[in-house]
Amino acid sequence: MTRSTIELTPTVEDRRIARHAAAAIVLTVAEAAIPLPLPGVKPGLANIVTLIVLARWGWREAVWVGLLRVLAGSLLLGQFLAPGFFLSLSGAVASLLTLGFAMHLPKRWFGPVSLSIFAAFAHIGAQLVVARLWLVPHDGVFYLTPVFAAAAVFFGLINGLIAARLLRDLPQAT
Amino acid sequence: MKQFPRLAEWLPLLRPGDYLVLLAGVLLCAFATMMLWRGGVPEKAVIRAGGELFGEYPLNAPRQVEVPGPLGISVIEIEPGRARVAVDPGPRQYCVRQGWLTQAGSVAICAPNQISLSLSGRGGQYDSLNY
Repeated sequence: MTRSTIELTPTVEDRRIARHAAAAIVLTVAEAAIPLPLPGVKPGLANIVTLIVLARWGWREAVWVGLLRVLAGSLLLGQFLAPGFFLSLSGAVASLLTLGFAMHLPKRWFGPVSLSIFAAFAHIGAQLVVARLWLVPHDGVFYLTPVFAAAAVFFGLINGLIAARLLRDLPQAT
Repeated sequence: MKQFPRLAEWLPLLRPGDYLVLLAGVLLCAFATMMLWRGGVPEKAVIRAGGELFGEYPLNAPRQVEVPGPLGISVIEIEPGRARVAVDPGPRQYCVRQGWLTQAGSVAICAPNQISLSLSGRGGQYDSLNY
């Protein structure tokens, strides 16, 4: 006799990842409603969630939250497997890898703002490379680099500050 | 004045290294802007007469070039970073009224006198690009 039902018992960790991913997805969808002058320049508010998860629960959970966010966010926005999805995915993977290295910087000197700016630069860097190699095979893509870099610094700073503040003020919940 | 205490609330969240990272980011932006957005700066003035290359002149020193054509002599005036057709014997003076050329790739054509002045440089601008 084999059992006909598969029992999935979510652990505390699973629930926590789901909760944070949900928060990040909400931010992604809300952000998609903000009109922006240039495609590709976005605040990236969902990265605030990633930064908090990284600081509190480590890199593995941050990766889960970050990738779930890209997947579910693209499904909700109807972009799954569209070019925009691959751009988001490459940006997310690059920034998560960067965060994996940057999180080992001395905490006394480098706070969430540094991590946020690093992640933002990794994000636009990967997106530009993917766009150049695949979507627009012409060096003209790089013409907009200064705009993207400025956006990375600006939104990286803002997101980092918000993350730092939330990390300070939020109670240390599970 | 009411905003200062609010800003002060956020500043302690920045750690010393964060300022460095921020500075590096801003410098990177400035560097990228300078490297990528100086296309269109002209380097040479290319003068053609009757379809033949008449001469190429660097745009770093002022000078006047007299170019003979079928109607007479056109005078091309060159200054650092720009050039124009100063005098032309043509009837409608289109190339003269175009004024100073400052972008790489821009052209002034004096068709009656068969003379053209164009600026060449790295990364000349395109009229349009299609993908």
